[in-house]
Amino acid sequence: MATASVPTSAAPAASGPTAFSYFDLDDEAKARGLFRVLAEDGRAAVSEADLARFDAALCRSIYEGMLRIRVTDARMMALQRQGRTGFYGEATGQEAAVVGSASASLPDDWIVPALREAGVGLYRGLTLDSYIAQILGNGGDVTKGRQLPCHPCDREHHYVVMSSCVSTQVPHAVGIAMAMKIMGHRDRCAFGFMGDGGTSEPDVHVALNFAGVMKSPVVLICQNNQWAISTPTSVQCAAETIALKALGYGIEPLRVDGNDALAVHAAVGYAAAKARRGDGPTFIELLTYRVSAHSSSDDPSRYRDEKITDVWKSERDPMRRMRALGERQGWLAVGEHEAWSAQLEADVRDAITRQEAVPPPALATIIDDVYEQPTWNLREQLAELLAGPRAVSPHQH
Amino acid sequence: MPVMNIIEAVRDALRTQMRQDQRVVVLGEDVGKFGGVFRATSGLHEEFGADRVIDTPLAEAGIIGAAIGMALYGLRPVPEIQFGDFIYPAFDQIVNELAKFRYRSGGQYPCPVVIRTPVGGGIRGGHYHSQSPEALFIHTPGLKVIAPSNPYDAKGLLLAAMRQNDPVLFMEPKRIYRASRGEVPEGEYELEIGKANVVREGSHVTVLCYSGMVSIAEEAAKKAEGQGLSIEVVDLRTLMPFDIDTILASVKKTGRCVVLHEAPKTCGFGAELIAAIQERAMEHLEAPILRVAGLDTPFPYTLEHEYMPNADRLLSTVRQVLEW
Repeated sequence: MATASVPTSAAPAASGPTAFSYFDLDDEAKARGLFRVLAEDGRAAVSEADLARFDAALCRSIYEGMLRIRVTDARMMALQRQGRTGFYGEATGQEAAVVGSASASLPDDWIVPALREAGVGLYRGLTLDSYIAQILGNGGDVTKGRQLPCHPCDREHHYVVMSSCVSTQVPHAVGIAMAMKIMGHRDRCAFGFMGDGGTSEPDVHVALNFAGVMKSPVVLICQNNQWAISTPTSVQCAAETIALKALGYGIEPLRVDGNDALAVHAAVGYAAAKARRGDGPTFIELLTYRVSAHSSSDDPSRYRDEKITDVWKSERDPMRRMRALGERQGWLAVGEHEAWSAQLEADVRDAITRQEAVPPPALATIIDDVYEQPTWNLREQLAELLAGPRAVSPHQH
Repeated sequence: MPVMNIIEAVRDALRTQMRQDQRVVVLGEDVGKFGGVFRATSGLHEEFGADRVIDTPLAEAGIIGAAIGMALYGLRPVPEIQFGDFIYPAFDQIVNELAKFRYRSGGQYPCPVVIRTPVGGGIRGGHYHSQSPEALFIHTPGLKVIAPSNPYDAKGLLLAAMRQNDPVLFMEPKRIYRASRGEVPEGEYELEIGKANVVREGSHVTVLCYSGMVSIAEEAAKKAEGQGLSIEVVDLRTLMPFDIDTILASVKKTGRCVVLHEAPKTCGFGAELIAAIQERAMEHLEAPILRVAGLDTPFPYTLEHEYMPNADRLLSTVRQVLEW
């Protein structure tokens, strides 16, 4: 079976395909259209020639990245249900949007994620152990157990960190891109992710405006999964598409089938290449569907028709069409999916076992990193805490 | 030694640091070609160019949000918020993002942004050009808050702020931007962040103050001198972390204390100072610590002179403390 290692340098992206007729449309047509490469049945959405632009190594790499998210998310949700972690937000059904984007990034690019882009980090080299340490908030977590699960932060791979506040991170992506331009780093760009609900936040509009005015090398990516907890996109946005909003900021919009990993890879690759050569920002709406709950704290059956969800879970599932393509083209052998899944699951279980054995962070770390050096009041408060009665965690994770 | 006002001292600090450190960039509304509505960045655009002195769209959340991204990547942004009253659209970015980045990234991402903003009343500016919002930011873990009262301190503290690695809110007293003049060394010097300054020694009562209120306290102390009253004036200079040692030394010496600030009284910074003193020096106090502060009202326009603390109000409260 295939090894679980993935070419994290995303080397195929650099030679990624760009010559699709969709990119020649005018901006408004792009914003109202939907760019597709791969149809639900694993055949070409438009032409077989489009599919021929993606080599087998890239397809395998994308498929493995998607599978890793699916397997990891399932294990993490189970862990949450068993009370072994407090919270989880999965990206199930959105793996094509996540990995199609990640595979178009280069190592020097910077990623500013929202809630469902941890798979971008994993694809770029964030280890499972590091990811799970953050979810458990243990003493081995590089962020020292300070944040809710699903807030990984990995400087080594330029994967910044999401913010539960929603969309506050988007101006950061633009600022990073402004800095790249100011410092003359022309070979890279920043990726700023958001969700459909996030596009209602003022920070997104501020970020779009800054990016447009400053011509920043940034790719702004909205995963439109059609639900913000219980709120459908129709309550967030009166425009026909979210992508249309970019027009008002002088930014080229793209609208892509977010469950088509190859279309996502091509569109994000197109935008990233444009940013890196100094031709400014792009806004990309990736149309997908949140087939699972918003998070482990949510129950979608209370507010939506799950019959629609079932369609997205089955015939529109992004894994299914990649698998069909792989089996048809021969880059995925019969039985390989199962073997690969089993290996990834074993990897996740092993990492969980290792990380659950790591003790929580030491109490003294509670005052570290508020400032570069703890101030007198922090030192005094820690001393009081250490001298007084100590609390016991009520959480049995 | 050259004599400067606060605006000139701020500009001198920016220019000095920008010449030394290519990573320092200035951004904000009208800060570029125009040089800022108070002229604090005047001449910088010509010297350092549009890449380092950046005119931005009119959006405070964008200015601070972009500055955060720049700092994450490795620049040292010094954004200007045109008036302290306009800082609230950026409140989320400052409180939840800027101040927390180092902590929530486990130290992976320091965020050295120095936000400059003019604060305070007394300029006939009304509600939206007069506020003193320091308490909101002192109450924000992860942020340092600096509030100089004169040109020498402004330059020395701003240079120090731009050379350390934590986010800073640098509040400039706009009422005395030009009126406060003094000798300011050319080139390099730094004042230590977190150190107060006893600007006038006295033996009867300590007045704790900062920013635009220091000159009011000094005026009151001069008046009191003729009446046989000896007031010690302590200019806190840094509000977070504030200089507890200097405060306690002064209060233990005089046994009496009044806190003076422009911001509304309730939950103002004075409340914290009083709590901190009584936790540590109760046995040295001869009287309750009283406050002279702004009212718990929005900042008024026509009655501004009644709202603003002045020397006579301070002296009246000082006498209450002495006669207690």
